[in-house]
Amino acid sequence: MYAQMVKSTGKGVKSLEEMEPEERHFQEKVDADIRIEPRDWMPEGYKKTLIRQIGQHAHSEIVGQLPEGNWITRAPTLERKMILLAKVQDEAGHGLYLYCAAETLGISRDEMTEMLLSGKMKYSSIFNYPTLTWADIGAVGWLVDGAAIMNQVPLQRTSYGPYSRAMIRICKEESFHQRQGYDIMMKMAKGSEAQKRMAQDALNRFWYPSLMMFGPSDANSVHSEQSMAWKIKINTNDELRQKFVDQTVPQAEYLGLTIPDETLKWNEEKGGYDFAEPDWDEFFDVLKGAGPVNNDRLEARRKAWDDGAWVREGLLAHAEKKRASKVAAE
Amino acid sequence: MTQKSDPKFEALLRLGDNALILGHRVSEWCGHAPVLEEDIALANTALDLLGQTSLWLEYAGEVEGKGRSADDIAFLRDAWDFRNVLLVELPNGDFGQTIMRQYLFDVFNRLNLEAMKTSTDTRIAEIAEKAAKEAAYHVERSEGTVIGLGDGTEESHRRIQDALNILWPYAQELFITDEVDEEMAKAGVIPDPKSLQDAWNAEVRGALAEATLEVPEAHFGHRGSGKDGRMHTEHLGHILTQMQWLQRAYPGQEW
Amino acid sequence: MSKEWPLWEIFIRGQHGLSHRHVGSLHAPDAETAIKNARDVYTRRNEGVSIWVVEAAHITATAPGDKGPIFEPSESKIYRHPTFYDIPDEVGHM
Repeated sequence: MYAQMVKSTGKGVKSLEEMEPEERHFQEKVDADIRIEPRDWMPEGYKKTLIRQIGQHAHSEIVGQLPEGNWITRAPTLERKMILLAKVQDEAGHGLYLYCAAETLGISRDEMTEMLLSGKMKYSSIFNYPTLTWADIGAVGWLVDGAAIMNQVPLQRTSYGPYSRAMIRICKEESFHQRQGYDIMMKMAKGSEAQKRMAQDALNRFWYPSLMMFGPSDANSVHSEQSMAWKIKINTNDELRQKFVDQTVPQAEYLGLTIPDETLKWNEEKGGYDFAEPDWDEFFDVLKGAGPVNNDRLEARRKAWDDGAWVREGLLAHAEKKRASKVAAE
Repeated sequence: MTQKSDPKFEALLRLGDNALILGHRVSEWCGHAPVLEEDIALANTALDLLGQTSLWLEYAGEVEGKGRSADDIAFLRDAWDFRNVLLVELPNGDFGQTIMRQYLFDVFNRLNLEAMKTSTDTRIAEIAEKAAKEAAYHVERSEGTVIGLGDGTEESHRRIQDALNILWPYAQELFITDEVDEEMAKAGVIPDPKSLQDAWNAEVRGALAEATLEVPEAHFGHRGSGKDGRMHTEHLGHILTQMQWLQRAYPGQEW
Repeated sequence: MSKEWPLWEIFIRGQHGLSHRHVGSLHAPDAETAIKNARDVYTRRNEGVSIWVVEAAHITATAPGDKGPIFEPSESKIYRHPTFYDIPDEVGHM
């Protein structure tokens, strides 16, 4: 997902009986679906895990601007250009909302940015794949946003108030993102031979990276178990991946495109598709920085940050001058 | 002008092409701005400009009467047929250059649109009504940023002054008046750019003084103008290479 | 690291809203820019007609422990709520 492999305390989940009164009170509120707010008492591990998870999610939105932004100047019509620009702009907005949610936990946006740029914090593996053709913009909207929505919809109910509110706003705004992607795919899949080829090629390249977005199976992960007890993770990775595949297969069929998985088969018994796992070695490589465009992505973010320093400093200096002269006048 | 075409069509291309090319340039910042809030604001400006582009070019196509859509006009003309001023096609440079270019254009655009609200052409008046509101906000934003950077740190002052030195001569092209402008002004359709120059000068010089910037002496020395297509920078061709790539590589497709 | 722009809390009154509602936060060097940023960040979909900005550091809030003493007394004043009163259906809408 946008936040993949977030580590929690690494210890097992405590029972209520094992907890000190404060933590017990906290856990009971979480269990009763009462939101935890910034000034409420919370376990250190909860706070740390949330910072990692929300931070990673925010970074993903920001880095996620790049693969789609890559096509804004080349979009084929004025309308497509405006739609794409509005969508990539939304992603900046979503990054902003999420950073603000993390900031309520006592970390600053600048600190998180420095951690992203130094490689200390990660972003989703999916954004280390390039967008080569216009159909990729369709595939990203359809598959990548489709996968993201799977995770974000349940997170609206997450236990941490500011995170939950950010997710509610994001889900509302994102409702058009997946549709615009599918709309591009429909045009391409019903278009010329070249367009059809482009569409199939985009699906071929983005299918497995999209499945990787949910992260490796975490059925036996202590981190996931703790995060689920804290309600900052609502479903297991496998549950969401299955749901995504079940939803996407008929959509691909409607387009007349073939999902690049020969083993894909409806399983009547489980009421879902059987499908092939992505190559998890590739996933770990990409996460570690060995993806095709990892360097380009971080370099672009570093450049934006470094080149922008004088602007941020200049505007702040001006604001301080104004404040000082106002105080002097009073 | 190589061939004599309808002055209203020409005038609409000037409006549409300025918005299109500047919108394209500003959209290049998406994902690369100095701070998130600015990234979002720049995208809004680009979106407004692209929206204005559609309205102007769609009308241009109707006036021309050859069945061309706004997309046809935007994506299937070569550089010599573009009618934008050189200012908007210049590369973004650093953020200072981008925001200074924006400011110099925004004030002109707002004055122009304000005047067009009473155009004898009701369609133009309607478009101007909507676009003037957007342009007014663009001015508010770019003016505040220019002043902030001019009166900020030593470095921000130096950079925004450099930007002004580069761009000031180009901004003068906005006020060149030719026979298309004269005809449009006479018919009460679009104001003569010269008639906006005093107001522009007063406003812009005021803000630049507040920004502690010095207005350079330089003027626009070129004899041809982007407005009639006799002059452009080399940058325009590269913008079009990108912008028109798909339409050119796969002609006549639905996207 | 250079100094970060301060954080501002944003309140927006929507088209049909009667009061300003907290919608989120953002960074800006000063109040004027905070207003403009709020317009660009939080009203991209026509959400608002009026914007308030307050520097986050200037907000004083109830302490979480106050929840009981501050809010519970009003819970017992149920007579402040219209549903406290049984009005017979025959009377009509009130």
